[in-house]
Order: sequence, then C-alpha cells, then structure tokens
Amino acid sequence: MSEVFLLKRKKLDSLKKMRDSFSGKEEIMECPKCREKMARQVLAMKKFICPECGHYYAVSARERIELICDTDSFREMDAGLKTRNPIKFPGYRKKLELMRNRTGLEDAVVTGIGKIEGEKVAIGVLDSSFLMGSMGTVVGERITRLAETARRKKLPLVIFSASGGARMQEGLFSLMQMAKTAAAVETFKNTGGLFISVLTNPTTGGVSASFASLGDIMIAEPEALICFAGPRVIQQTIGQELPEGFQRAEFLLEHGMLDMVVKRQDMKSILAKIIRIHSGGKSVK
Amino acid sequence: MEENKVLTPYDRVQIARMKNRPTVSDYIEALFDDFMELKGDRLGAEDASILGGIALFRGMPVTVIGHRKGRTTEDNIKYNFGMTSPEGYRKAVRLMKQAEKFKRPVITFVDTPGAYPGIEAETNGQSVAIAESIAKTITLKVPVITIITGEGSSGGALAISAGDSVWMLENAVYSILSPEGFAAIVWKDAKRAAEACDIMKITAGELLEYGLIDGIIPEGKQTLSAMRKMLFAELARLSRLSEQALVAERYRKYRHIEGEYAPSL
Ligand SMILES: [Zn+2]
Repeated sequence: MSEVFLLKRKKLDSLKKMRDSFSGKEEIMECPKCREKMARQVLAMKKFICPECGHYYAVSARERIELICDTDSFREMDAGLKTRNPIKFPGYRKKLELMRNRTGLEDAVVTGIGKIEGEKVAIGVLDSSFLMGSMGTVVGERITRLAETARRKKLPLVIFSASGGARMQEGLFSLMQMAKTAAAVETFKNTGGLFISVLTNPTTGGVSASFASLGDIMIAEPEALICFAGPRVIQQTIGQELPEGFQRAEFLLEHGMLDMVVKRQDMKSILAKIIRIHSGGKSVK
Repeated sequence: MEENKVLTPYDRVQIARMKNRPTVSDYIEALFDDFMELKGDRLGAEDASILGGIALFRGMPVTVIGHRKGRTTEDNIKYNFGMTSPEGYRKAVRLMKQAEKFKRPVITFVDTPGAYPGIEAETNGQSVAIAESIAKTITLKVPVITIITGEGSSGGALAISAGDSVWMLENAVYSILSPEGFAAIVWKDAKRAAEACDIMKITAGELLEYGLIDGIIPEGKQTLSAMRKMLFAELARLSRLSEQALVAERYRKYRHIEGEYAPSL
C-alpha cells in the first residue's frame, strides 16, 4: 500500500511541477478534433490525449521529458547554444526571440541524460512549437553532441522527433545538419550503440530524411504524419487525390517503414523494455 | 552569357537548369575510360534518374554515381528530370558498398531539382532511402569526391553529395531547397524565387567563402581539364590516407562544417 502511495505521491509532484512551469496560468485547450475544452493541467494528467475523442495533442519537449523520464532524473546538456544566424536571414533574430519568449526554449530541441524506468539514456526531444521543430545549426549540434555523449558513455540513444524539416532561415547550413547528424548517429550505431527513434506528429523533410530515419528501432505515435515531401507538395506535383491514411504512422507500418506504432500511454514502458533487452546478459541462465 | 555581365544568383539558377547544359553522361564520357553502367537496387527496381557504374580514371578503377537528366523530353521522362525515387538512392547505396569492397574511390555528380515527391516514392520510403544514402556516403571507407554540376537541391542532392571533397561548377547552385520551394515556404509565394536567391546563399562563390564547399571549377573551354586536374590531385591526396584516417577526417569535416558560424553560448 505504501508503495502505491509513494508512486502516487511522485506522480502528483511531477504534475505539480508541470503545472508550475505554466506560471500558474490556467491555459484552456480546445481539441481540434472534437472541440472539447479543457484546462492544460487536466490534459497533462491524461498525457495530452483528449479524453473525449482520443486525439493526440502536440507535446512540448519539456512535457515529453516529464512523460518519458523518471521523476527528476533528467539533466539537460548543452543548454544555451544559440545560432549565429549564418546567412543573416532578415528578421531571423527577432523571430527567434519571439519564439524563445513564447516557448521558454532556446531552440527547437532539448537534449540531456535521463532515466527511463531506471535505465539511463541519452535523450533528445524536438519541439514542434518552436519554428515547426525545424533543424538548423543548433538542433544539428545538440543532436550530434547527444549522439557523441551516448557513444562516450555507452548509453542507449532515444530521440523523439517532431519537425517540419530543415530550417530555411539557415540555408545550406541547415542541409549540412542532415549530414552531420546522420554521421553522428551512424557512427554511434557502428560502435555498438542502440538508437531508438520515435517519430511523432509531424516528422517530415530534412529531419525525417536524416537521423530520425536511422533508428535501430523505429517507433511512431498513432496517426503521426511522417514523410519526406508533405501531402500538399505531392498533390500539387501530381494533381491526384492521395490515398486514405497516406503518410500516417499506420500506413508506414503497413509498408515496412516502422517496427511499431506505440500508444502514448505505453511509450515509456515499451522504451524501457527495448532498452532492457539490449542491456541484458549475452548467455542463457 | 556575356562575359562581362555580372550574374545574379537567379541568373545562375537559370544557367544551372539550361537544357543544353552537359549531363552526367557527358562528363563520364569525357573524363573516364571503359565506363560500364551498373543497374538496379536488387530489391525489385531500377531507377534511371541515377546513373551508376564503374570506370577507369587515368588507369585507376573508380565507381561513378550521378543524377541523370536528359536533353530530349523523351529522355527526361525516362530519367524523371533528375528527380530520384527511393530505388535510385538504394542503387547508389548498393554501388557504394560495392566500391568499398573493391576499394574503389567514388565520384558523385550532383544535378537534381530534388527527390521525387510522388505517392509511390513516399510509400516506398523516400525518407529512409535518403537518410541511408547520406549515412552510407558519410561513413564510407573509400574516398568520395563530389562535383555539383547543375542544381543541387535539398535532401535529394545531399543523398550523394556528402563527400570528402565537394566541388561546384562556376554556375552550379547548391541549396536547402529549390528557390521556388524556399519562397513558397518562407513567403507563401513561389513567384518570389529570384528574391529568395539573393538571400539563400546558393552560388559557388558564396558557399566557398563559407567553407561549405572545397573548390570551384571554372566553366568554359577549361572545364574538363580543370575537373581532370582536381580529380587527379584529390584522388592522390585522399588515397594516401588510411581507411581510419579518411573516415575520421570526413567525420570531422561535417562535425565542424559551420566553421566560425558554429552555434555558441
Ligand atoms: Zn477531442
């Protein structure tokens, strides 16, 4: 009984912390699918799944870490890295400031070391609320450093992607991040590391065509849009109706591009299970 | 083009896309001996938008891989205007693995408006195919030399362009996305492509200054001799490196590709 109580207590604590991080304001969310209105705190308790219709709300990077990592186990790395605006894109610095104020993030990714059911992991989470989760030099650098840390510390690497692709405002520097991150995760894998890539809604373009598609194990959340070229671009190019469920997680699973589609409420335990199988003994007992 | 006219980045995009511009087949014929095309991904398909094969460069066996465009409409339909599908990237990966086995350097020619945005291409795993092709190129245990000859657009180009040494023809362009696509995303207006070109930094000169490419090959009568000279020098330099040093050197190159523009605290 006391154990159950302790667990509940921990959960409450983490929920409280989550609530505090919204600076006490009660943010009301409306479900885009069924229009049900709900306080964000209540939604957080439901793992950001609409209790009425089952719709998956986008989860911020910090909230995702709360959902996946053991309470208080996460330590952020490389916080404070900022882009140098390499192509001097007009208005980019201002836009970044705006995004920082709005999201409390420095760029579109949070990386660090945490624990999943007691298993230590290097974990990175992209945040689609920050410039569509697009990958520029900061996202590329932090993902690369994360993979390098995982290699050095011999930790499993878990990355949750949510991204519109490469960041236009950093030009070819962003394209180069695809090469850089692919090199980092591939080298990590080649030295025996386990990389679990989790694709959430949406994972597209330059992120889906680089590190995010290189997982030893490929997982997606239900109904996540996963593609290289977006549905609109394809429709414009070929002028044809797109098939039902096209480019959604279940469609990719059916066509051999994923190992599994995992519900949000099961994600943590599935990740832990995969990690345990890879860290277990090499002989039968 | 007049010699003394200053070309805008958009002018260069137009030049890079010209129908009569030399294609990968022309370069192969001029630069190599005994070229033999090798086809197919061994997974059920052959995508002609990628031309691959083996050849000799001054007696040295090499593997050649490039995006293929045609000069006639008929050819262009066959080659899908240089827009590659997963099957083409998988063929490229197969040929790279083969090059690794036989310790042949790989020379890639890049000229694509981007990966093909189609239903089948997406269904068959365009993202995975590009990602795996980038990952293979960038960890390959033999030298990879890349020449961007026309338009090098987006992930469709990068799939075969992350070489040890990356060169651009004087009027080639290399970009995160086609200027039209860029303008459509940034301003929701594809017609502002020319304006996009001015801020995207896509010309050989701009990219060399940034250190994102290693050199420029002049266009004109001297193009082929400059290519030969570059290939000879780079093959000699890279072949001297041990397998380990080569791979480590390439990792470092892309690890720090931003140079002074690396993100900082
Ligand atoms: Zn709902």
